[in-house]
Amino acid sequence: MFSFVTKRLAFAVLTLILVLTLVFLIIRILPGDPALMILGDQASAASIAALRERLGLDLPLYVQYGQFLQGAIQGDLGNSMVTARPVAEEILAVLPYTIELTVAALTLGVVLGVPAGMLAAVHRNRLPDYLVRCVSLIGLSVPAFVAAIGLLMLFAIHWRWFPVISAGTGDTLFDRFRQMALPTLALALIMMAYITRVTRSAMLEVLSQDYVRTARAKGASQATVVWKHALGNCMIPITTVVGLYLGILIGNSVLTEIVFSRPGLGKLILSALAQRDYTLLQGMIVVYTMMVIVVNLVTDLTYGLLDPRVQYK
Amino acid sequence: MSAPVTEVRPNEKLKRPRSGLLARLNMSTWIGLGILTALVLSATFAPLLATHDPLQQSLMDQLVPPGAKFLLGSDDLGRDIWSRLLYGARYSLAIGFLSIASAMAVGTPIGMVAGYLGGRTDIVCMQVMDVILAFPTLILGLALVALMGATLPNIVIAIAFGSMPSFARIARAGVIAQRDREYVKACQTMGFSGPRILFRHIMPSILPELMVISTLWMATAVRTEASLAFIGLGIAAPTPTWGGMVRDGFDNILGSFNLAIMPSLAILLLVLAFNLIGDGLRDAVDPRLKDAS
Repeated sequence: MFSFVTKRLAFAVLTLILVLTLVFLIIRILPGDPALMILGDQASAASIAALRERLGLDLPLYVQYGQFLQGAIQGDLGNSMVTARPVAEEILAVLPYTIELTVAALTLGVVLGVPAGMLAAVHRNRLPDYLVRCVSLIGLSVPAFVAAIGLLMLFAIHWRWFPVISAGTGDTLFDRFRQMALPTLALALIMMAYITRVTRSAMLEVLSQDYVRTARAKGASQATVVWKHALGNCMIPITTVVGLYLGILIGNSVLTEIVFSRPGLGKLILSALAQRDYTLLQGMIVVYTMMVIVVNLVTDLTYGLLDPRVQYK
Repeated sequence: MSAPVTEVRPNEKLKRPRSGLLARLNMSTWIGLGILTALVLSATFAPLLATHDPLQQSLMDQLVPPGAKFLLGSDDLGRDIWSRLLYGARYSLAIGFLSIASAMAVGTPIGMVAGYLGGRTDIVCMQVMDVILAFPTLILGLALVALMGATLPNIVIAIAFGSMPSFARIARAGVIAQRDREYVKACQTMGFSGPRILFRHIMPSILPELMVISTLWMATAVRTEASLAFIGLGIAAPTPTWGGMVRDGFDNILGSFNLAIMPSLAILLLVLAFNLIGDGLRDAVDPRLKDAS
């Protein structure tokens, strides 16, 4: 177990270093001078040269790479081009909002998706199955911003049940809940679609196995068979999908945050783009990718907790 | 033994037992193919079907509701939504097809070579692919487009780059499953070159799975392109793109719901079509997975 965790950690660190390298390459190697992009076409050669020097772009590529890697590993992602504040600080200030939204959406997605997938599997090829499959297919097809705008139009503008702008602050718990509800639901619908599909297929496979037949033969009720005997063995594929799509969920949170004017990484990345703050953009890509790497690591480690048969090798 | 086993009545002659991929497609796949065909035709014949010039502004006709003059209403600059949707379909379809074709063209050979050669080549190739996979597709696309500039080729490259690893992985797994089979050994014994064995002999057996994954990825590509356009990283205005139209609609959401709903439905329809086709193809290619969809 210990060696497995160490190995997985080492692998995650290696991936992180490679990710940092790729981010560095993307930003430095791509056609287009960052200094020119920041200052615009009309800038004078002198001001471009000055900015290149300030950004360290005049140094040899390997020196820049060394500095970037060293800084990033120490948690220093450089300073924002616009506010001059450390990028890490800017990101940390809004990160909790994005994590809060993602975790809430994930929880809601699991709470809705797992029972829906089980319902579909148990009633295979009957009305509940068709309905669940239809809804999950639409959930898979709807872009995050379309789902968000749809919910906003219906529940915030038309019926006025929820606020249009989810500022992320609220005096009471109820206020917070009201502000979180729509963005969470918009993201959860997509997560739910993925979870429903995998739960259904895993459940169908498990329900056809001998031990389930034995349980039924012993007279166990449908609820006991499904919830107690079958669900446990569906947890591995469900966890895999949750891990796999959490990255997509994190990416989609950008769109949801924009639609609901919610503070978070989404709004920050948008302002980085608008102000051509490329050190901030670079730092944010690193943070987004780090989140995916951490999720993958946690998913791998969870397998053994869920299924004692999984050997950590 | 008088049973007329070989008797064929005239009408039954036409009812040959159906076989092949087409016969195995289910109803929802046909619905997906129908939607896709309709959208491709609309995009192709946009000049004939459009009632207005998609770029023509008319400040007298801002946010007009659907009616005789504007079939689906007009936007905040008085442009016809129906005509803009038709022309916008061209970009969504072109970016969907081109980006996934490029991802397949680059990712497949990488995965095939990695799987065939194994060893260090395999480790290096797949490690690079895994690193690209660690980036959320939308964030990677957003970074690449922001840095390279929002043009059609750049958007295609950005989406292709993010989806390439999936093709490499599928191709690698397919080649590993095939490389120890007898026909491959036979080819090697006969002295065929590696590329010949890979691309002429092994390729046909992994192609169906690649087709399935490419259809499902087209759904993701269309969604990503629309999302980029919504963020403001689509093909520059005034070119009509569906994601950009939703953005315009969102900016005017209090003035007219219509403006955001129409392009949203169009995106949903196209992505749904690709998902339906992809699911159906997967069932047809590998019936064991039928219940997985």
